Amino acid sequence: MTTVEARRPTLAVWKFASCDGCQLTLLNCEDELLELAGRVDIAYFPEATRAVVEGPYDLSLVEGSVTTAGDAARIQQVRASSRRLVTIGACATAGGIQALRNFADVAEFRAVVYARPEYVDTLATSTPISAHVPVDFELRGCPIDRAQLLEVIAAFVQRRRPRVTAESVCVECKRRGNVCVTVAHGTPCLGPVTHAGCGALCPSYDRGCYGCFGPADTTNTGSLSGRLVELGMPERDVHRVFRTFNAAAPAFAAESERHPSAAGGAR
Amino acid sequence: MTDVESAVALDLAGLQALVDLLAAEGYTVLGPTVRAGAVVPGRVTTVDDLPRGWGDTQEPGSYRLRRRDDEALFGYAADAISWKSVLFPSRELMWSGTRTADGFSITAGEGSGGLGDPPYAILGIRACDLHAVAIHDRVLQERALPDVHYAARRKDAFLVTVSCSDPSGTCFCVSMGTGPRAESGFDLALTELLGDEHTFLARAGSERGRTVLDRLGSRPAADGEVVAADEVVERSTRRMGRTMDTTDIRTLLYDNADHPRWDDVASRCLSCGNCTMVCPTCFCTSAEDHTSLAGDTAEHWRVWDSCFTSDFSYLHGGSVRSSTKSRYRQWMTHKLASWIDQFGTSGCVGCGRCLTWCPVGIDITEEVAAIRADPRPTAEQTPIEQTPIEQGGGG
Ligand code: SF4
Ligand code: SF4
Ligand code: SF4
Ligand code: SF4
Repeated sequence: MTTVEARRPTLAVWKFASCDGCQLTLLNCEDELLELAGRVDIAYFPEATRAVVEGPYDLSLVEGSVTTAGDAARIQQVRASSRRLVTIGACATAGGIQALRNFADVAEFRAVVYARPEYVDTLATSTPISAHVPVDFELRGCPIDRAQLLEVIAAFVQRRRPRVTAESVCVECKRRGNVCVTVAHGTPCLGPVTHAGCGALCPSYDRGCYGCFGPADTTNTGSLSGRLVELGMPERDVHRVFRTFNAAAPAFAAESERHPSAAGGAR
Repeated sequence: MTDVESAVALDLAGLQALVDLLAAEGYTVLGPTVRAGAVVPGRVTTVDDLPRGWGDTQEPGSYRLRRRDDEALFGYAADAISWKSVLFPSRELMWSGTRTADGFSITAGEGSGGLGDPPYAILGIRACDLHAVAIHDRVLQERALPDVHYAARRKDAFLVTVSCSDPSGTCFCVSMGTGPRAESGFDLALTELLGDEHTFLARAGSERGRTVLDRLGSRPAADGEVVAADEVVERSTRRMGRTMDTTDIRTLLYDNADHPRWDDVASRCLSCGNCTMVCPTCFCTSAEDHTSLAGDTAEHWRVWDSCFTSDFSYLHGGSVRSSTKSRYRQWMTHKLASWIDQFGTSGCVGCGRCLTWCPVGIDITEEVAAIRADPRPTAEQTPIEQTPIEQGGGG
C-alpha cells in the first residue's frame, strides 16, 4: 500500500463507439465518487471534467467498440499509455449492439440511412477492444453494474484480483431467493447462458433475462434454444434474442446463426 | 416416533394456538407461503398465511400452482425453495475487519436468511427436508471445526414436520428411504386430516415438542383419526412421481465413470447450477472478500457456490473440471456415491427439486436408470475415489 499512498494512481476513462451509459455508471457512484477522487487521480475523463493530465496512466477504463480506422489507431495509443487497461460494457467487451452490422452489408445500410453516404467513414465491423490490444480485465454488462465497477477499481488500486465471477445469472437468481420464471411461469429467460453480474435483476421482477452481460463461462445455447422453442418461441425470435447487445459475442453469434431470421435466411 | 397413545388432535384453532405459542416463546415462526406463483418459505403469523387450497403440479423443468378442491393448508409437495435458505443462507457475513492504528480489529458476523432472526420455528418442513437437515448437521457440525454460524441457528430451531398427502411428479423419497412421513428429527409431527372436520393429528418427537403439545390444551386423537393419518401416508407412498433403484449405486457409478451417458446428459445440461442451488443438501460455498476503496475496512462473506461453474474447480492455472460432462458427473457421483464414503449416507433425499427446477428438465432418476440399463464398466479403470482432485472438489 505504501506505493499507492506515496502517489495516487492516475485513472483515465476513454470512449469509443458507445452510448456513454457505462461512463454514466461511474458518475452515478455518487456516494463513492468523493472517496474515489481521494484515492485516485482522475486524470482524463472528458465526460466528467475538462482537466487533462498527460499519460501514462495507471488504470484506463475503456468504453465502446472499434468501428472506424481512426479508433483502431487510437486504441493502440491508449494501450501504449496505460499500465492497466480494463474494458467496460458490452460494446467494449463484445462489440455492442452496433455489432449487428457484422452480420449485414454496411455499404447498403449507409446508402439507405444517410443522404451523403460518402461522408461516413466506417469499418465493416464493430469489434471489441480485445480484438485490437491486450486487455487486463473485461467488465461485462449493458450497462455495467455500479458495485462491480467499484470492485474492479478498488481491486486495481489495491493490486488484487477483482471479485467478479463468470457463472450464470441463475446462480445469482437462486441466491437471491427468486422463483424461476421459466420453470414456474413458462417465461423465456436467457439466465442459464448469461454471465452473472446484474444480481438477476430482470427475473427479480418476473421478467426473463435479456442477456445484457453476454455469455457465461460455460454455455449450452443449443440446449437452451430447444427449451425456448418448446415454450412456444418462434425460430425467428430465438434468432433475435441472441442478437442484442452482445450479438457478436462468439457463443451468442453462433447460436443466432442456427435460427432463421424473419427474412427467411439464417442472417 | 413417540407411541400412538401420545397422538393428539388439533383443529384449526389449535394450529393457530401453536403458531401463537411459538411466537410468544420468542421464535420467528416460518412456514409455507405463496409468492411469485410458488410455495416458498415465509413469515407466518396466522394460519391464513399458509397456502390454503393450493397444490402444485411438478414435472421435470416445470412447476405450476394448482387450485385444490379442498381447503388443505399443506396440500402441496416440496416447496420451491428449501429450508436450507433459512438454516444455511445463500449469503452470510462471516466477519468484518477494520484497520486500526496498530493493526486491525475483527468483528464476527451474524447471519440470518432474510426472514428474520433466529431462533426459528419452522412449520411444514417435509420428511425429505428433515433428512436434508440431518445431513447438514453431520456435514457442517460433526467435523474438526464445526460451522458455528450454522450451529447457532440450528441449535434452537423448532421443527414441525407435516406428512405429505399429495406428492408431486418429481418426488421419490420412498426410493431414498426418507419419506413421505418423518420418523425422527422433529419436535412435532402433524398429519393433516380433511374429513368432516379439518384436524391435525400431532405427535411430539422431542421433550420440548411434548411440552408445547401439553400447553396447547389439545384432545387425545381418536382411533379413527390415527388410522386415517396412517392412510394418508400409505396413499402418498403409493403415489410417488418417480423411483430410483439405489441397489449398489456406489459401485454402479464408480464403475461407469466413462459411460457414454455422461456425454448425452452434457449435451442437454446448461451448466447453469440451478440443481445445486435448489438441492437441500448441497452445501458448497465460496468466500467473497470486499474491501472499501480506501482499503480501511474489509468484509468476508460466504456465498452458495456450485460445482457447475468453472471458477469452482479453479486451481492454480486453470479449471480442473472444464467440461460440462465432468461437472454433471462430479455432481451426480458425489450426491449418490462418494457422499456415502464421505458421510455415511446418500447425499440425495429424493425431494425432486433438481428435476423440477432444472430449466431443461434433466432428471437424476432417469440418468441413473439409463446407466443401470446399459452398464459399461471402464476396463482397468482408476476409480474416481482414488483421484484426489475429483473427490476433494465435492466437499
Ligand atoms: S429465472 Fe432465469 S435466471 Fe433465474 S433461475 Fe430461472 S432461468 Fe435462471
Ligand atoms: S439431488 Fe435432487 S432430488 Fe436429491 S436431494 Fe438434491 S435436489 Fe432433491
Ligand atoms: S419427496 Fe416425499 S417427503 Fe419430500 S415432498 Fe415429496 S412426498 Fe413429501
Ligand atoms: S442439470 Fe439442469 S439445473 Fe443442473 S446445471 Fe444442468 S441444466 Fe442446470
